[in-house]
Amino acid sequence: MVATAGSLEMRSVTKRYSVDGSPLVALDDVSLAVEPGEFLAIVGASGCGKSTILRLFAGLDAKHDGAVLHDGAPIVGPSLQRGLVFQEPRLFPWLPVERNVLAALRNSHLDAHARRSAVRDHIALVGLQGFERAYPHQLSGGMAQRVAIARGLVNRPDVLLLDEPLGALDALTRAHLQDELQRIWVRERTTMVLVTHDVDEAVYLADRVVVMSPRPGRIRDIVPVTLPRPRDRGDEALLRLRAHLLRTLAGTPQHAGLALHRAA
Amino acid sequence: MTATRQRRLDWRGLVPVVVLLAAWEAISRSGLTDTRIVPPLEGLVGLLGTEVAEKSLLGNLAASIVRDLSGFALGASLGVVGGILLGLSPLASALLRPSFDVFRQIALFAWIPLIAMWFGIGEASKIVFVALAAFTPTLINTVEGTRSASATLVEVGALLRYRRSQMLLAIYLPAALPSILTGVHLALIQSWLATIGAEYFMTAGPGIGTLIIEGRDRFQMGQTVLGMILIGAVGFLLNRIARAAENRLLRWRTA
Ligand SMILES: Nc1ncnc2c1ncn2[C@@H]1O[C@H](COP(=O)(O)OP(=O)(O)O)[C@@H](O)[C@H]1O
Ligand SMILES: [Mg+2]
Repeated sequence: MVATAGSLEMRSVTKRYSVDGSPLVALDDVSLAVEPGEFLAIVGASGCGKSTILRLFAGLDAKHDGAVLHDGAPIVGPSLQRGLVFQEPRLFPWLPVERNVLAALRNSHLDAHARRSAVRDHIALVGLQGFERAYPHQLSGGMAQRVAIARGLVNRPDVLLLDEPLGALDALTRAHLQDELQRIWVRERTTMVLVTHDVDEAVYLADRVVVMSPRPGRIRDIVPVTLPRPRDRGDEALLRLRAHLLRTLAGTPQHAGLALHRAA
Repeated sequence: MTATRQRRLDWRGLVPVVVLLAAWEAISRSGLTDTRIVPPLEGLVGLLGTEVAEKSLLGNLAASIVRDLSGFALGASLGVVGGILLGLSPLASALLRPSFDVFRQIALFAWIPLIAMWFGIGEASKIVFVALAAFTPTLINTVEGTRSASATLVEVGALLRYRRSQMLLAIYLPAALPSILTGVHLALIQSWLATIGAEYFMTAGPGIGTLIIEGRDRFQMGQTVLGMILIGAVGFLLNRIARAAENRLLRWRTA
């Protein structure tokens, strides 16, 4: 199936917050287009507006200048066609795993039978069979985040927005979940926008990597990653791209100290 | 784990009871006091027998418990509904909260004359009084709980396009449940105290409180003491039931 739905676009978007009465420009005239079925990564220092971009695409924040579009139509609020996985799992602590995933289907058009099988399929997709009845507090961080990913996918959205979903995990679990994300993306061809502070993660997974700089939040560079999949983490070309991205990031104010450190 | 520990009775808890009973018996038999004031224990047991058999002790007990549970159900459900309203609607809170905060400062027993004027000294008054006792703790804790629903989970609801009713049932209520149950538990204890109080001050009709006053008036301390023991036992049981229900409903925190 050729992906036809799931394009996202920002046209000259400026987003201001007011902090203690004084204005703060979180995004300054940002324009960005995401192709249907594309895997886009966004990297940048903290505070450069990465989460803000995802929240605007998700429809959680309607007050901004410029246009935010999903398949050409303005985004005015959340939609089941756009899933968002937050940095923290944000599971309902009072529901076991399967009912947390089911909770995403409350307003779906599926009948009860189809809902049950969708939940079963997506729990399997993230490899959590056997934990359907577990409560969130019984899960490890990685497992909870996988439930959150299953919840984000269960409506089979055109778009999945991921806000540093693997940031808090240990290296081994993270590598494992990166492979799972890639497998899911290859299978479902959902448009994915992944915010990460891990450059390795970005080049390993993405078709293009957006580099942002803070104060005010701007897009500094967009780097295509054309290597075929499955990718090898040790691949020469991948490592060159990684070095290039790190240099670009180091040029942004927040990373100046890091660049000095690396040169030393 | 906690459940099994709770189910097993720790017999050490009975030590003070045994000591008290022994002291009572010793004083009663010493001949230093009037047996009408400190009646011997076997008399009390015998009294329990005759009260049950002849004077419908069980009827009095049942009357008190029904009264308690009716008033409790009425007051606690109004408290939960009102608490959700005040917790979720800034307008309702702005309009009603100040009055409520004055209202709750009025000691419960100060309401009795007014209630008696409006509802008589029959069953209705007593139930209203009990309901009043259950209402306040339930409302306060429900407001607290509803407000404590985390903004991050509410945002998840928005993302999943929950309607208002779904937000209420699937997010605000479960998030508030621990607080609501704390309030309901307090209300259950307060209701039982208020039930006895109501019977004491509005003495028409059967009830354990009536039994106690009768005992005093007829100078039968045995009957009074028996009534007191029953009040304690029922309160203890209600507390136990409430705690078990709480543990069951909040299993997701510990399971
Ligand atoms: N709700 C908010 N109110 C005020 N300022 C905010 C809010 N959300 C984000 N900001 C500010 O906007 C800027 C961008 O934030 P964010 O998009 O979260 O950055 P990132 O995800 O890249 O770390 C930061 O300076 C942050 O402090
Ligand atoms: Mg962020």
